[in-house]
Amino acid sequence: MDPYVPLPYRVLATRKDTPDVVTLDLAPVGDSIPEPQPGQFTMLYVFGVGEAPISVSGAPVDGNPLVQTVRAVGAVSNAITRLRPGQEIGVRGPYGTAWPVESATGHDILFVAGGLGLAPLRPAIRHVLSNRDRYGRVSLLYGTRGPEDMLYRDELAEWRRMLDVEIEVTVDHADRTWRGTVGVVTKLIPRADFDPERTTAMVCGPEVMMRFSVLALQVAGLPFERTFLSLERAMKCGLGLCGRCQFGAHFVCQEGAVISYDRIAHIFTVREI
Amino acid sequence: MESLERIILEQTLFAGLDPDIAQLVTGCARNLHFEPGAYLFHEGEDAKEFYLIRHGEVVLEITAPGRRTLVLSTIKDGEVVGASWLIPPYRWNSDARARGHVRALGFNAECLRRKCDEDARVGYEMTKRFMPMMVNRLQAAYLQLLDVYGRPEGS
Ligand SMILES: Cc1cc2nc3c(=O)[nH]c(=O)nc-3n(C[C@H](O)[C@H](O)[C@H](O)COP(=O)(O)OP(=O)(O)OC[C@H]3O[C@@H](n4cnc5c(N)ncnc54)[C@H](O)[C@@H]3O)c2cc1C
Ligand code: FES
Repeated sequence: MDPYVPLPYRVLATRKDTPDVVTLDLAPVGDSIPEPQPGQFTMLYVFGVGEAPISVSGAPVDGNPLVQTVRAVGAVSNAITRLRPGQEIGVRGPYGTAWPVESATGHDILFVAGGLGLAPLRPAIRHVLSNRDRYGRVSLLYGTRGPEDMLYRDELAEWRRMLDVEIEVTVDHADRTWRGTVGVVTKLIPRADFDPERTTAMVCGPEVMMRFSVLALQVAGLPFERTFLSLERAMKCGLGLCGRCQFGAHFVCQEGAVISYDRIAHIFTVREI
Repeated sequence: MESLERIILEQTLFAGLDPDIAQLVTGCARNLHFEPGAYLFHEGEDAKEFYLIRHGEVVLEITAPGRRTLVLSTIKDGEVVGASWLIPPYRWNSDARARGHVRALGFNAECLRRKCDEDARVGYEMTKRFMPMMVNRLQAAYLQLLDVYGRPEGS
């Protein structure tokens, strides 16, 4: 199979999560891409418009569709979010590294998601929850701009009903109608119940949010090598060929998007990179 | 008094405080309970007492004429409500309201400020314990202001 050539997929269903975010269920028209690991991404190609890297939010296993959640920010993502059931889209991949759900076996798990960052974490969360007995304490800390920006509300409610998982949601801005927590997601880190000696943290969200989260995790005693981030730098080929995704000495499409913080700590906050 | 001192020392904020300083701090403290919806303080009032939440949730709110009330932050167990008692003009800059039943320790601000002035060790301990909290809140405010979840520029 030519890794450059997208395979045709059909849109089975679309869900509007927020005014500019849409989740799509996709199924192959013919051949399918190999099964993605939690954290991997695909390149989605809208015929006649172009291509964008988009994280897998749900793996096509056990009869489930390939799920991808997209925010309309430019030409390609706008075109993706306008697709209707029955229409086709090109998919190639999966690419990139995975969340360390295997090496974290036996650990407390701390998911820290900001905004759309819940989308790439969703497969890892589902993996951990469906193998619950293999992990220690499990917490998901999720921050969004406002109550209306929350992804996967039904599923969050479902996770909340599980007794052995701590789900904490906070919003940056709210009025009195919001009964939940207000404040930035990093505020939830010192409140969460985990043992830093045996915790793996998986952090995903806008880069500034990840910088602050890494700091809060460091204060909580978590070592960099057990703090994992998803670096969503711009990409073109996804194959380690074009150099578009270069971050310091790293090609994010090959060594990321999921990467442990100890590998990039020295360059994460350097402006030119 | 003894049990109040024990409660105070159980709080993360005061963990490991020297017994003699703990005793001085306890002298400025009292146990409080707030009914759901009760205000701990209002914007503009003198910051006479600040609170350490033992159990429950408090919201900090701002109301401006013609605008709906905005919630700035929610404060939970083990956290402090109010930092304005530390810095002149010692006046609250938001409302604080109990969301449900709230059990808290109230600290008389003037009493504590006086003890800080009289004994530099008390002042140093309070500064050391409140400074990280203030810096964290400042960083959180930056993060809120940055609107990190907003749309990327140019989109
Ligand atoms: C590994 C990876 C996984 C991703 N996963 C998702 C996902 O699950 N869902 C999703 O909606 N998006 C995801 N993205 C981001 C998405 O690929 C970009 O938004 C892409 O640029 C959209 O293409 P476009 O043509 O619509 O917009 P463009 O015209 O390319 O960009 C429009 C605007 O968005 C800004 N922008 C582009 N990329 C980014 C970025 N990565 N971070 C912040 N701002 C950016 C540009 O500067 C520009 O201002 C991911 C990116 C990477 C690298
Ligand atoms: S996107 Fe081309 S080298 Fe990484």
